Amino acid sequence: MLAKRIIPCLDIRDGRVVKGKNFQGIRDVEDPVVMAAFYNESGADELVFYDITASAEGRKLFTEMVSDVAREVFIPLTVGGGINTAADFERVLTHGADKVSVNSGALKNPSLIDEAARIYGDQCVVLSIDCHRVGNEYHVFSKGGREDTGRELLSWAREGVERGAGEIVLNSMDTDGVRQGFDLEMLSLISELKVPVIASGGAGCMEDFYRLFEDLPWVSAGLAASIFHYREVAVSDLKKYLAGKGIPVRI
Amino acid sequence: MIAVIDYEVGNLFSLKASLEKIGADSVLTRDPAVIHAADAIILPGVGAFGQAADKLRAFGLDQVILREASDGKPILGICLGMQLLFEKSYEYGEHQGLGLLPGYIGSLREDLPNPDSIVPHMGWNELNFRREEDREKWLPQGKTSIYTYFVHSFYAKECDDVLVADAEYEGIRVPGIVGKDKIWGMQFHPEKSGTDGLSLLRRFIEMTEKPEVV
Repeated sequence: MLAKRIIPCLDIRDGRVVKGKNFQGIRDVEDPVVMAAFYNESGADELVFYDITASAEGRKLFTEMVSDVAREVFIPLTVGGGINTAADFERVLTHGADKVSVNSGALKNPSLIDEAARIYGDQCVVLSIDCHRVGNEYHVFSKGGREDTGRELLSWAREGVERGAGEIVLNSMDTDGVRQGFDLEMLSLISELKVPVIASGGAGCMEDFYRLFEDLPWVSAGLAASIFHYREVAVSDLKKYLAGKGIPVRI
Repeated sequence: MIAVIDYEVGNLFSLKASLEKIGADSVLTRDPAVIHAADAIILPGVGAFGQAADKLRAFGLDQVILREASDGKPILGICLGMQLLFEKSYEYGEHQGLGLLPGYIGSLREDLPNPDSIVPHMGWNELNFRREEDREKWLPQGKTSIYTYFVHSFYAKECDDVLVADAEYEGIRVPGIVGKDKIWGMQFHPEKSGTDGLSLLRRFIEMTEKPEVV
């Protein structure tokens, strides 16, 4: 039986790890290679690195960082941020990434998903979606959550999968950084997708992961940053706790 | 020295890095002389079976590998590289494999009992060893089971004679480790399966080392 995956996410700026609250108030924390090795030791199933740098120099540092991590840590590595072309896929995949996550780049040019899936395979293409409630609707936001595209969540997720995205990360901007649990309501809207869904945004304690996998058994993975980052929850403790509750995890 | 077969299929960054990490010398090559001089061969690969098999043949590597196998050189196929060791594949048509292991490659999608099941089979799955001696051979001492990282849509069938360990996915038993004599295959990615994956690679390397003359 497949294990539910626990995925720490690291935001990277100029090759260093950062983490914000509701995308604001970012502060610097630690070395990516050190953090990746630490997470690997504690049993993380996969790592996600988001490059939040805008400059070309920062991008180069990020690419070098991917190699540094991939030489030390042998679990799947997903990278995202600033992925706008097939050449961007090539750049990170040849430096040791296993999957590439696209967000704003795919919203601007959806055929990027088709092109990347054709060249590198569906399993390489992760569609990351930032979603926020607007009135009674669930809108997809681009540019790190700054711009409302007006697109509705399910329609964009469906289109992404049809175009070849092999996995969806759904990040709820409404619960991100709030630590009151994953956005189960928002996640439920995309339960019909036939690709793995990774829940992101809102994890505040171990029980939040249990609720996620217990209430939405079709969800493949839970992604979080700050609770792991500030060592409030250790991945190893979380997995023991989930295993004790009957959730299949890799220990 | 391990010869990692270079036939332009897939990204070998992690495989090279993982061999370095466990202290195994490796060279990426398609030179028959280098392959012949190596202590063991790793056949990697991701992508479609037909294209990969065509590339192996175009480089003449199918004959090179078959010759080395008949000389008794240890070979490890990983992911699509494992699938290529079998007789044939029905991935988009019918394609001949190397035929070093009995069995064929078929579609998970067609065999999954539940049509809503997700394909590819992607993620960490637990290996179940068929025989105690294989468990002892492959796993670090004290470990009774391990999880490894799978990403694939096709899988080995009718290969019971060479089945070492499998993983259960949605009602199907997916061969994870196969092998006989010195020909081994892993459907999962040992180079992406954490510390336990590295230890499986190390076990393969240890099995290839020539016994010291006393």
